Amino acid sequence: MSLELRDISYLHGGHEWLSEVSLTLEAGNLYVLLGETDAGKTTLLRLLSGLERPDRGRIIEHGRDITALPVTRREVAFVYQQFVNYPSFTVYDNIAAPLRRKGLSATETERKVRAIAGLLHIDHLLGRLPPSLSGGQQQRVAIARGLVKEAGLVLLDEPLVNLDYQLRQELRDELRGILRHEEQIVVYATTEPDEALQLGGTTIVMDQGRVLQTGPAIEVHRRPASTRVARIFSEPPMNLAKARIEEDKIILDGAAAPLPDHMQDRLNGACVVGIFPHRISLDARQGGLLFQGTLALSEMDGAHTFLHMEIDGNEWVAQRAGAHPMTPGARLQACLDPRDLYLFKPDGTLVSNPVYAYGTGG
Amino acid sequence: MAEIVIDNVRHAYAGDLRDRAGLAIKGIDHHWRDGGAYALLGPSGCGKSTLLNIISGLVQPSAGRILFDDRDVTDVPTEARNIAQVFQFPVLYDTMSVFDNLAFPLRNRGVDRQRIQQRVERVAEMLDLQPVLRKKAAGLSAADKQKISLGRGLAREDVAAILFDEPLTVIDPHIKYDLRRKLKLVHQATRRTLIYVTHDQSEAMTFADTVVVMAAGEVVQTGTPRELYARPAHTFVGRFIGSPGINLIPCALNGAMAEFSGGCLPVSGRLVQAAPRGQALEIGVRPRGIRPARRGEQGMRAAIRAVEQRGAFSLIKLQLGDNPLVMELPDGEPAPSESFDLVFDPDMTLLYAGQRLQGAINA
Repeated sequence: MSLELRDISYLHGGHEWLSEVSLTLEAGNLYVLLGETDAGKTTLLRLLSGLERPDRGRIIEHGRDITALPVTRREVAFVYQQFVNYPSFTVYDNIAAPLRRKGLSATETERKVRAIAGLLHIDHLLGRLPPSLSGGQQQRVAIARGLVKEAGLVLLDEPLVNLDYQLRQELRDELRGILRHEEQIVVYATTEPDEALQLGGTTIVMDQGRVLQTGPAIEVHRRPASTRVARIFSEPPMNLAKARIEEDKIILDGAAAPLPDHMQDRLNGACVVGIFPHRISLDARQGGLLFQGTLALSEMDGAHTFLHMEIDGNEWVAQRAGAHPMTPGARLQACLDPRDLYLFKPDGTLVSNPVYAYGTGG
Repeated sequence: MAEIVIDNVRHAYAGDLRDRAGLAIKGIDHHWRDGGAYALLGPSGCGKSTLLNIISGLVQPSAGRILFDDRDVTDVPTEARNIAQVFQFPVLYDTMSVFDNLAFPLRNRGVDRQRIQQRVERVAEMLDLQPVLRKKAAGLSAADKQKISLGRGLAREDVAAILFDEPLTVIDPHIKYDLRRKLKLVHQATRRTLIYVTHDQSEAMTFADTVVVMAAGEVVQTGTPRELYARPAHTFVGRFIGSPGINLIPCALNGAMAEFSGGCLPVSGRLVQAAPRGQALEIGVRPRGIRPARRGEQGMRAAIRAVEQRGAFSLIKLQLGDNPLVMELPDGEPAPSESFDLVFDPDMTLLYAGQRLQGAINA
């Protein structure tokens, strides 16, 4: 199966929620829609499902125009943010429901229910009622019901957003393996860059109803087409600052360094540079751009520390492995290696990536 | 302000203390230092909200005592405990102005007008609420509303502690950072005792000087964020903190060696002496504590199952003997080929007996 969106636009209440979206989706692939709240992700999922119709553009399935085909006549499964289960049905009956509706035999139904329940580690819960389960278990049931009927198109709208941190990590890891089915197109919407990286597959970066960039997750993350993509696809967001290139120097907030190879002969005058938090060093290094600042907050996620600093009125974030609590107001220095800088035009379009962005894994 | 002591508290919602497994709180002794910033961290159902409600007086424990500055308040109702609370969802008087919301607890206590004016303005300044002080609370963002809830606690001078129950749940991810930072600065400036309940490790580690980790009705570790990361006292903490959590490898002691499927490691004499007999032993090592052996360095042979690129680092899923492991490599370090020799950093390699930390293997 393949699905093609041609110049899709969708208007509602005087607002254009989707603008000229064109995409080709192929079976056997996982597509992750990444964007902030209101970027158009849910609208796109609803159009794909047939719950809404576009105002302009067409949806083509295998050469057939299905733009006007209602949801009831499409082979589609939808998993929502909130766990939706039948509270008075057992877990088994919840998962079996779509198969029974399709008229599958009891033996075939049982085989499929047990297989998907096994994959999602809920096979020991089949006799229970959903209200007696934890939130994570209930969402597993909802996901199992979505996957069991093996619809050609599976849509998941931020399915893990209501779960605990650890559960989310665990389920992402499992879904990464489960959501790749030869005959299925899976589209998964999320606001979280880490989720997109963890799930892998093809990332579709959306912003204000438009598709900004599409490609393998790690490649888009490492080689963003614009400052906007860079900010949407990194958490904490890539550090960005106005800079100048003058002859053979890059000048940033009064500090200057020789122009690194990847910036040679690219641009002159005003530009924007970007650097990922983990590439900022807290020690002075030879050839680096060195800044003095104060700590605003050190945030920790259990494995890494994000040091938010204020440098000449700008905010910079540096990332370190491990837990490093620090008191707000502490003095710090930040050192940027010019070879690690992304170079953008003043309007935000990418000019060149640092060489390391082409290293291992894309 | 007060020091809060939890003295051998147990709680059963059904009231039957004999069924230990069914207890919401299985026996907790804890001392909350005056002026500390604490997080109460644990998974859903671990008893953290019950403990918070016991401190505030919303729940009366089945057994044990609560002391505020040596005064037994176990039977004192919530409203007489001088506790301020910030809940998941902001609880405000929507039709009142922000000023009146902040002033409300003070007026209730008969504080004079001039003093109220002073206190409210000071709090509004601390929380950046001056621009909305005359507005009705109804039209404000969730973040501003939570600031007002916090502000009502800060305005009072008689508050023993401010309790937070998952206060950032309804806050947009992009704004969470601002509130986290604000909380930190408020604590620095006021040195109030703050107790913050959450299931989210990053919220707890960022907010607190001391994190109290709970599991199944018990406190499993009280420590600084750094201690929880580097020296998890219980394997539960090792797994719960971190993304992903600690690697655990069943092992056995043979003389001064810890032996396990796929390899062995030397253990310090002190640790061998001290390790309790007859309890299951495990090696614990965080993903960051594993690295490929350098040239000429002796390592243990492991096979690669998968490589996940996460941008700032990559996670390498490994197989060492029967043990599946995860190794974290910093960005820029090339992932080794199919099978390679690995080493554990001895400072980050911990020995557990019966799930309890014995120490780093070189200690």
